[in-house]
Amino acid sequence: MQLIAITAARLLRLALVLVCVAVVSFSLIMLSPIDPIDAYLGPQMAQVSPEQRHLIAERWGFDEPPVVQFGHWLGQLLQGDLGVSHVYNQPVSEVIGQRFQRSIMLLGSAWLLTTLIGFALGVIAGAKEGSLLDRIISTYAYLTASTPAFWLAMLLLLLFSVYLGWTPVCCAGPTGTLSQDVSLATRLHHLVLPVATLALIGIANITLHSRARMLALMNSNIATHAFAQGASRWDIAWRHGIRHASLPALTLSLASLGELFGGSILIEQVFAYPGLGQATVAAGLRSDVPLLLGIALFTALFVSVGNLLADTLHAMIDPRLQKVTP
Amino acid sequence: MLSIEHLTLQLPYYTSWWRRRWAEVLSDVSLELHPGEVHAVVGASGAGKSLLAHALLGLLPEPKHQTGRLTFQNRALTAARQRQLRGRELALIPQSLDALDPLVRSQRQVSWAASRAGHARSDAWQAAGQALTHYQLDERGRQAFPHELSGGMARRVLTAMAHVSHAQLIIADEPSVGLDPQQRNRVLDALAALALEGKSVLLITHDLRHALPIAQQVTLMNQGRCIETACASAFRGDGDTLATGYARALWQALPDNHFGVLTTTQAQNVA
Repeated sequence: MQLIAITAARLLRLALVLVCVAVVSFSLIMLSPIDPIDAYLGPQMAQVSPEQRHLIAERWGFDEPPVVQFGHWLGQLLQGDLGVSHVYNQPVSEVIGQRFQRSIMLLGSAWLLTTLIGFALGVIAGAKEGSLLDRIISTYAYLTASTPAFWLAMLLLLLFSVYLGWTPVCCAGPTGTLSQDVSLATRLHHLVLPVATLALIGIANITLHSRARMLALMNSNIATHAFAQGASRWDIAWRHGIRHASLPALTLSLASLGELFGGSILIEQVFAYPGLGQATVAAGLRSDVPLLLGIALFTALFVSVGNLLADTLHAMIDPRLQKVTP
Repeated sequence: MLSIEHLTLQLPYYTSWWRRRWAEVLSDVSLELHPGEVHAVVGASGAGKSLLAHALLGLLPEPKHQTGRLTFQNRALTAARQRQLRGRELALIPQSLDALDPLVRSQRQVSWAASRAGHARSDAWQAAGQALTHYQLDERGRQAFPHELSGGMARRVLTAMAHVSHAQLIIADEPSVGLDPQQRNRVLDALAALALEGKSVLLITHDLRHALPIAQQVTLMNQGRCIETACASAFRGDGDTLATGYARALWQALPDNHFGVLTTTQAQNVA
């Protein structure tokens, strides 16, 4: 019963966030210099007379006040109709669906690698401050924390694709092949470099935060007491450290889904990987309003779900955050 | 069982970034602990009581200067031997309740202490349950997280962690602080019971009154020095059999006695 109430409250909050995002992104588009009729017509803009333009505007409801337009859009949204993307000539939901499938391969594997490796490195480094391992890991973390993702992507591309020729230069499959003909091995081969770039950069953040929590634990009364019980450093890191360090690591890794999303836009651009990030850039550059709004909403949903998960998991690990049932 | 001879401890502090000086926090401390005995170390805060406990277990961080001889069960207690015996022969009941891991249920914590003391994996869980039952923690208390326990219950969990190790020397650091009289008596009785089993208990406290009912020997400490070691029975009447003025003054200052307060000059002479 309580679980249902909590879930309902969280879903309601999620819906509220999405409504807010819808309002803000819609008003931003309204304020932007994009003219939807120009964007729709494209190069045929010059062949259309002002009277015809007026007709289109009337037909589409552009002469109505913004609030009414927003109402129309929201109404269609609730029926599951996100509109049609003129860049891809497909319904927006289809574009997002297809693109997201490719992006989730990239994002998901990068995220998993980042979280697992980052957490493990953080625990190892923090278990013994100032040890050789700690110094190596910290140096790596500080270096990559200050490296821009797109720059590292270009370096890796130069090294592995151009000089060594081990990995493909671009795309999600060989050029000129239909996407359904590409084998899984080839897909993975194309994924290696973008995933490596995202993971190499992302690890630093999680490592540094888990390490900081480990250092605090190792200097706490908990560790002193464990030492007094005859525990070794690794025993403490294994039994107490993993629990304590997983709190910041989980929160950070789930909350950084948004960051990863942003990073993947750059990475997909550098590697010409046809994911959601590339679609975002195309929609922005070519004034594809329905697609842009659709992606904004979808990203908000994705990031909010990540935060929701972080909240829930945090409370599961740390009993002090659970509500007491008297 | 344990003898401390002329233990002197210096810890570093920095007057500026590069200038390191040494502060003497324990000077020439000597005391003797026998099996089956509760030996109370009494002193005001800053007297070096907790440092003494940590020095005995070898828990102090480097750098430090430590001189003097520690002997445990007739063999020198070196740093290597301390590491070996910690949790098995030497146990600590820590001063602060935040020594319990807030993310772990109490029985699991006690079972970790048991397995660190050398119990087999399957045995550790059972031993932990028995130890907690021994200290009157019910099923709910065994499955509780530390924040759900009262101060007295948390204290008993810490005592159970020391008990489960079967250590011969138990160092209890301020075990009765912040407890109401009933809880305090339960904790102190538990320590007295450990001594009856033939173990040595080093009871560190700032309150002489609470130590006297269960202690056989009392050592008074002040500013890193041992003032006097006396039998607990010497603390009675006007304390005439006590050797030092400091001990007599402390005894007479207790509310149950004369509540006697010395003037500043007298106090300086005594110290």
